[in-house]
Amino acid sequence: MKAIAFSNVSFRYEEDSPFVIDKLNFSVEEGEFVAVLGHNGSGKSTLARLANGLLVPDAGSVSVFGVQLTDKNLFDVRKNVGVVFQNPDNQTVATIVEDDVAFGAENVGLPREEIGRRIDFALRAVGMEAYRHATVARLSGGQKQRVAIAGVLALKPRAVILDESTAMLDPRGRREIVEVVTRLNKEEGITVVLITHFMEEALLADRAVVMNRGEIVMQGRPEEIFERQEELVTYNLALPRIGVVCNRLRAAGMPVPNTLDAEALAEEIAKCV
Amino acid sequence: MRIVAEHLSYVYNARSPFATAALKDVSLTIEEGEFFGIIGHTGSGKSTFVQHLNGLIRLPSSLKRYKKKKLKKGQLPPPETVLKVGDIDLGDKKTDFRALRKHVGMVFQYPEYQLFAETVKEDVAFGLKNFSKGLSDEETERAVKAAVEVVGLDYEALKDKSPFELSGGQKRRVAIAGVIVTRPEVLVLDEPAAGLDPLGKQEVMELLHKLHSEWCKTIVIVSHDMDEISENCTKAAVFSEGSVKFVLPPKELFRHADELTALGLDVPLTAKLCAALEKRGVSLDCDLTVNDFVEKVLARWVAQKKGDNA
Amino acid sequence: MKDVSFGQYYPVDSFSHRLDPRLKLIFLIAYIVAIFLASNFYGLALCAGLLVVIVVVSRIPFGKVLRAVRGVLFLVLFTAALNILFYNGETVYAAWWVFAITKEGLIFSAFLALRLVLLVVCSSMLTYTTTPVSLTDGVESLLTPLKWIKLPVHALALVMSIALRFIPILMDETERIKNAQKARGADFESGNLFKRVKAMVPILVPLLLSAFRRADELGDAMDARCYTGGNGRTKYKKLRFTWRDLVAFLAVAALITGVVLMKVYLPAPY
Repeated sequence: MKAIAFSNVSFRYEEDSPFVIDKLNFSVEEGEFVAVLGHNGSGKSTLARLANGLLVPDAGSVSVFGVQLTDKNLFDVRKNVGVVFQNPDNQTVATIVEDDVAFGAENVGLPREEIGRRIDFALRAVGMEAYRHATVARLSGGQKQRVAIAGVLALKPRAVILDESTAMLDPRGRREIVEVVTRLNKEEGITVVLITHFMEEALLADRAVVMNRGEIVMQGRPEEIFERQEELVTYNLALPRIGVVCNRLRAAGMPVPNTLDAEALAEEIAKCV
Repeated sequence: MRIVAEHLSYVYNARSPFATAALKDVSLTIEEGEFFGIIGHTGSGKSTFVQHLNGLIRLPSSLKRYKKKKLKKGQLPPPETVLKVGDIDLGDKKTDFRALRKHVGMVFQYPEYQLFAETVKEDVAFGLKNFSKGLSDEETERAVKAAVEVVGLDYEALKDKSPFELSGGQKRRVAIAGVIVTRPEVLVLDEPAAGLDPLGKQEVMELLHKLHSEWCKTIVIVSHDMDEISENCTKAAVFSEGSVKFVLPPKELFRHADELTALGLDVPLTAKLCAALEKRGVSLDCDLTVNDFVEKVLARWVAQKKGDNA
Repeated sequence: MKDVSFGQYYPVDSFSHRLDPRLKLIFLIAYIVAIFLASNFYGLALCAGLLVVIVVVSRIPFGKVLRAVRGVLFLVLFTAALNILFYNGETVYAAWWVFAITKEGLIFSAFLALRLVLLVVCSSMLTYTTTPVSLTDGVESLLTPLKWIKLPVHALALVMSIALRFIPILMDETERIKNAQKARGADFESGNLFKRVKAMVPILVPLLLSAFRRADELGDAMDARCYTGGNGRTKYKKLRFTWRDLVAFLAVAALITGVVLMKVYLPAPY
């Protein structure tokens, strides 16, 4: 089944402004891990908001697990597709971790005991069980984002979208988040859409999608996408540093592969010199 | 202006149960002309340190009510804290801290969030008007124009626009222009590339190099991106738990890969590659910039090919 | 982090932390009534005594409690000073123009200052020992009857909880913006009142913009987690009465009785 399906979706924020999303066709299979790449303003964040009904398309339709989004079923759709946003400080409603994780589960009217079980599950899934009674304000950025993910997981969604949730974190926090979502995908079978502008983070995905001006311009396995480096640059995406190194060595004629693994690259360089 | 800090310590919430030492006996010298990197995790003391540099955090001895503690008999005097930027002594009660701030520009994290004025021109002029009272309108405009242009923006097109209408990258540039408009000799930036996409990051670093060569003599950046440090800095200091662990040029610093990993820090890609090559019997003497690494590898490869052919 | 003591939850586990927030709110009101009922030092001493017990069983460090007082110290001293100077007493110690320092004035202002301090400490004990969520649950529960007159009780309670959550974030932000503008030569400390108010603009504009941006994002995050208002919502933390609540109830009841008895049988005033 398709977890998320966009068919001919167009969207703009104001009547006379250009379309941010333009006749977009895009789908994510259930259980898939998709990375969406694009520079700032490429329309990738709008995509997240459309998939969860925070925005309503001007034309075309959005379906989530076979159900077409309408004003009436927003609530059910949001239960199935959770979104984690960018700023770790602006997503928590409550002061204490467990109270915040409970928020979504309370909203859909679950019984008390079930909410308790959901909190257990969600905090364990993001590795934050030890912080159940901690004050959110005292956590690190990466930990706050993990709590935000737990808050979404408490609704037992079948898909989770991370809308640049790593952009404001330090390298350590970024790694934490990527590890958590990879595990959710592999172990819990949750469909993951990771929206980011860091190519390194896309590496673990099943499929990478590149957006530019509201359209999908490239897609494929992450390694394939990174091979097409000249093309990426035209979409204002900077290569990861290792890509730059590979690119330059290859341009000079050196027989090294296009890889994003430092050890593998060193191995090949060692063979040549 | 040379920055000298000796035996600098700082405690947050002193005399309370929540007292936490942010800096413990830090000594660090930053020479004039350097592009200096400060590395460390959140809470390592790096932000506290840089806030000392323009007097946002003051040394106790520079405060009016400060009195030297009397020593008990037989007690040794504590090492004397020194903090100097050029000839300005930041430990002196008589120091004019506003004058200091004119020489030491400070760009905070996400500086675009400090924009407030109705037009770009007014916002950039804010600092100038504060520091240099009595400038004529023409002089002000000339300085503002130069600052906006040096950060790579079109002055005529933007001057009367509201800073809030601009794109994210433009806002950050305007905010930087608002700091460098007074032509500070030292420019300190806390995570100047935070939150930008990779291309934006690259552009900001290019801008800093431009400023370094034609506008501000010394640049100090706080960063936790090791690639950024190895690619741009002439020297870097590693902060951890309020102390300085290393002060070295990147090339030498990243030889301490194990110690850095133990502190929870990364090493740049080029250092990883060099180490992996070293293991395979190939030692490259490169300065850890991508440029130099590629050149050295290619030179080796070309020499190898010639050797094979001969 | 800047120290913002007043109105901050202090996370330890104690007798008072476990009390039902609804009761705590009622106790607070009862306690305030007791403070104002007390017409002499005996009554206030009784109130203070109970408060000391509360502080001890709540396991809140004493410094923390004092800091809450420090926040209103100016107010306390100011009212005390006014009372000392203007109170019309009989035993005059010193007099100058329309002012007179009298024995009665001194006693009265000490009485008033003590009242104020007790008021601040007991209110901050509530916020130290109660998480914003249970506090708002308590408020919501107590205000439920007002739903009958169509008051949006749930929304009011939620607004309160979010405000408590964001106050420290916005305080931090104010500090950061202030530092950034100081670095650009802004001067907040000198000049007349008009100049100082004007100097606040570079802080207030970014602060308001930031608050709006945060509100916007928080709204999205709440929507995305299926928030649709109070209807059909359940609560994870159920409020329940326990033996602790009974003990606390008896203590407060005893306090009020004691204060009333002292008012009737012991010499007033003060």
